Amino acid sequence: MRIVSLLGTAALAVVLGAGAQAATVKVGVVLPFSGANADLGHQIDKAFDLYVKLHAKDIAPNKVEIIKRDEGPPTGAQAKTIATELITNDKVKILTGFVFSPSAIALAPVVTQAKVPMVIANAGTAWITNLSPYIVRLSFSMWHPAYPMGAYAYNKIGCRTVAMAYTDFPPGKDSTEAFKTGFEKAGGKIVDSIPMGSPVQVPDFTPFLQKVKDEHPDCLYAFIPSGAHAAGIMKAYGELGLRKAGIKLIGPMDLIPDNKLQDMGDAAIGTIVMGHYAVDLDNPQNKEFKAEWHKAYGPDSYPDFMSAAGWDTMHAIFDTIKKLNGNVDDGAKFVDAMKGWSTDGPRGHVMIDPATRDIVENEHALEVYRKPDGKLGERVLETIKGVKDECKVLKVGRCGS
Amino acid sequence: MPHALNDFISVLFDGLAYAMFLFITSVGLSVTMGLMGFVNLAHGAFAMAGGFIVVSLARTYGIDFIPALVIASVTVGLISVRFEQRLYRRFYKSTDLEQVLLTIGLAFMSIAAFTYFYGPIPKSVPLPHWLQGDVNLGFRTFPTYRAFLIVLGAVLIAILWFVFEKTNIGAKIRAAVDNRRMAESVGINVDRLFTLTFAVGSGLAALGGGLAIQLLGLTPSFALLYLVLFLIVVAVGGMGSLKGTLLAALVIGIVDTGGKYLFPVAGTFFIYVITVAVLLVKPAGFFGRE
Amino acid sequence: MSDATLHQKTLTARQRASDYLARRHHFHWAEALPWLLAIAAFFVFSNRMAFGSQVLIMIMFAVSLDLILGYAGIITLGHAAFFGIGAYTVALASLRLGWSEPISGIIAGGVVAGLAGLVVGWFMLRYRGLTLLMLTIAFAAMLQESGNLRSDITGGYDGLPGLTFDPLFGHFQYDLYGHTNYWYVLAALAVVFYVVRRIVYSPFGQALTGIRENVRRMNAIGSPVHWRLVTVYAISAAIAGIAGALFTQTNAYVTLTVFDFDTSAKVMVMLILGGTGRLYGAFVGATVYMVLEDYLSKMSPTFWQFGIGLLLVVAVLFARRGLLGVVESASAFRWRTGAARRRFVWKTEYWKALAVAAFDGGLIGFLIGFAGNLGRADRMSLFVSAFPARVVAFIALGAAAGIVINAVYLLVTSRSAVERPAS
Repeated sequence: MRIVSLLGTAALAVVLGAGAQAATVKVGVVLPFSGANADLGHQIDKAFDLYVKLHAKDIAPNKVEIIKRDEGPPTGAQAKTIATELITNDKVKILTGFVFSPSAIALAPVVTQAKVPMVIANAGTAWITNLSPYIVRLSFSMWHPAYPMGAYAYNKIGCRTVAMAYTDFPPGKDSTEAFKTGFEKAGGKIVDSIPMGSPVQVPDFTPFLQKVKDEHPDCLYAFIPSGAHAAGIMKAYGELGLRKAGIKLIGPMDLIPDNKLQDMGDAAIGTIVMGHYAVDLDNPQNKEFKAEWHKAYGPDSYPDFMSAAGWDTMHAIFDTIKKLNGNVDDGAKFVDAMKGWSTDGPRGHVMIDPATRDIVENEHALEVYRKPDGKLGERVLETIKGVKDECKVLKVGRCGS
Repeated sequence: MPHALNDFISVLFDGLAYAMFLFITSVGLSVTMGLMGFVNLAHGAFAMAGGFIVVSLARTYGIDFIPALVIASVTVGLISVRFEQRLYRRFYKSTDLEQVLLTIGLAFMSIAAFTYFYGPIPKSVPLPHWLQGDVNLGFRTFPTYRAFLIVLGAVLIAILWFVFEKTNIGAKIRAAVDNRRMAESVGINVDRLFTLTFAVGSGLAALGGGLAIQLLGLTPSFALLYLVLFLIVVAVGGMGSLKGTLLAALVIGIVDTGGKYLFPVAGTFFIYVITVAVLLVKPAGFFGRE
Repeated sequence: MSDATLHQKTLTARQRASDYLARRHHFHWAEALPWLLAIAAFFVFSNRMAFGSQVLIMIMFAVSLDLILGYAGIITLGHAAFFGIGAYTVALASLRLGWSEPISGIIAGGVVAGLAGLVVGWFMLRYRGLTLLMLTIAFAAMLQESGNLRSDITGGYDGLPGLTFDPLFGHFQYDLYGHTNYWYVLAALAVVFYVVRRIVYSPFGQALTGIRENVRRMNAIGSPVHWRLVTVYAISAAIAGIAGALFTQTNAYVTLTVFDFDTSAKVMVMLILGGTGRLYGAFVGATVYMVLEDYLSKMSPTFWQFGIGLLLVVAVLFARRGLLGVVESASAFRWRTGAARRRFVWKTEYWKALAVAAFDGGLIGFLIGFAGNLGRADRMSLFVSAFPARVVAFIALGAAAGIVINAVYLLVTSRSAVERPAS
């Protein structure tokens, strides 16, 4: 078991602070470290490690002990088994991580029964937070970027007709539904909706995009998982010359994860996405985050939107531990203390909505361009502040329950 | 141009390019299974190794894509000889199940090892300028890289066909696939023949892996991710048959592309439908021995 | 020889054969061992029963595969289809029909999966080898695809959450620690295992083994080969369905990933690892695989697959008949007297073998050192500065490892030449 035990200045504090009860808080981190989506797990894990390394002293005299486990494939079952064991055997007080929605969904009844808070750092299916009062989400719902993108695409990018292409699994369906809702409300027309195979295998994207090319919409809204799929679809988009044919590529931030952007080349230039984070966001917290990241992981490694959410997740956990002074045995109290938590992080201002336990964050319309130094970057076209999960606001489907 | 004709050309062109990739990557597996009855589930690992060598050569040394492809195939071909001689050879007389266990174990190890060295982030390579963009054939344009795949596939098929059908070695291979004992008894050294074909097959798989970087993307999980696809091509074509593998690759490539293009809702259904349909009618595949 | 003596001789031979068969299915004291261990595990690892239940479920799944693979020689890489059918039967019955009584639920799961196995088996079992393998893969994949097409029913890859099941016997609640589940699954496994054991040692089971060993002869003596295969396939499918149903119930959740190729491949690997055609091979294989996977993935969440792969390769090199085969060989070895205990004799060709091993080890070391520099750095500078020393170190390490591994291999293989003759 890889345990990152953090002493910080804790030892000293214990000696000095007579009577101060120092607690070691066990935090279980469940992320996909192996398999086809290992890449996503590592992006979040790096942010976790970095935050813990830099901020262990903040919670002195208390300490955290991180226990990492492999989330495995998105079956739900494995994550449920290991997370249950983290609770029953390792006695963790907080669970965090969770890239795949099935993991979070499968585990929801367990955390309700065990009264252990589950702080989600990625899993984006909108209605997850409704499944248990012990779930808090620091990342996003699929609706966060996709819904405002609908209006933005119609009003600002000038998309009148859109073809949607998505990886055929729930986040893909969520994202396209959210976009469609926003886009049609603004007056746009969806001409086609193309499912593009399973999230497991990266398909040959060409036939799908060839179809889009032949339909000739103004814009192509694409949702794919931000791993190997993102690189694949951008290649097909470039190869087929869709941009030259006048079809703009738009989507949520999963389309251009920062850690793969440099490899995407010219094909990506001009792509407009809606997202809560880009490496190039101009705020002091992000500058610091970026600098620390490069210092720790090298100049060729970039944080992406998942890392930023991971950073804020650990930040929220630390702040809450501090607020409760290490008394985290009561899960309900922990969740209560997290409600309304807010900070200025790498993503800008974020807050946990006390009513839904979901994040409220800024969404930025980002355009890919070539920077003067030859690298690709993202510039902010517009910022929409304080975006809530619209799925729960509009009570769509399961979000209403 | 009429809409239907345009659809047809799109499907045919993209399907053909995809089929060439399938053929190049699967043909080695087919010969391995036909010649020795050896179930090599680590075939995808050789393809992945080829892909990563291309990435290293192109990005670390700045070697061009095409020479990098050649170096990677040759290297993997040579390394595979040692694997064959030292490890695989002990298992020719074993049951299929033991071969499955051995090769799947190797595939697992390769996934972890390549994750260690290359990390889990998908890799890409810079393509030479002449492979980017698209070519204009007057009535419409086609992506250059896919055209290149088709041309390369055609050249390789011509070479393989020549070797298989017109040379002494080819005749020996065919003889050994048809009846191994008889071939041995007339003095053909099947073991050596097999080492050779194994090396060529792995080298071609590595080439396929290199080509896949641009087509499907490359991560360490490549080793097992597309294995079922390759097995389908082998089974539908018939083990050990060159023209069978080619026909199967064409059918699978074009049907899959057509299915995705015309009925994307049904996803990858078509591959399996065609597999079942062919195998129910011709259990040994198109050109396999019954 | 008169007819009477011939008749007499046939009778005694028949008598002997039936005596042997009767003796074979008597319970051996060692058979209590796995069950005692399973019970002991409950008390020793009582905090880890969520995992324990999953192990037991995989054992049951592997037993179902052993019935067709080990006894009837049917090779399949799509057994997850029936696991998934069982899993979804229980889930949909609970969610749509409100049928949440657990025991009748797993029976329903078994029946539905068994019926599916009957139909599918009738079509597919005319084929063998790679053809059958691909057909089974295709069947599982098509089920998964259809499930995704109708994700309004199946919940797609996000699955069916919030499944609730009645307390066991209307009394035992499902606790967080998975204690109820563990006993429940263990009891189900015991029942299933008893049935399978009866089948295997019945005349029907003998006929299956006959089919595995020689189909033509079984056809020639007029055995209804196809129907026997279809029957056993359906029984196996039913057991896989029960395992799947238990999987859904213990997790209170199911997604389409139960139909994954990985699930089928994994259970097959477990079974071969433990040893096919000997029932308890499934116990050993599934337990060793899952415990090792769990242990390694705790040690290194990223690279644990290497250890699993190594286990498989080593197992197939040293334990040709599965891990259980080693145990059997070892116990056979113990019963033999000194004559069979062969001494290790050094032969000159071993020098050559060791030299070759050193070369190969060095080659692998070189590749690792080389790849390490190529892959990790992605930059010329580090490559130049650290290249020679690092690669040389890896070559030496590889060569040494090659020698050690080969030496061990030589020692083991030259000793274990006392294979038990096939009885």
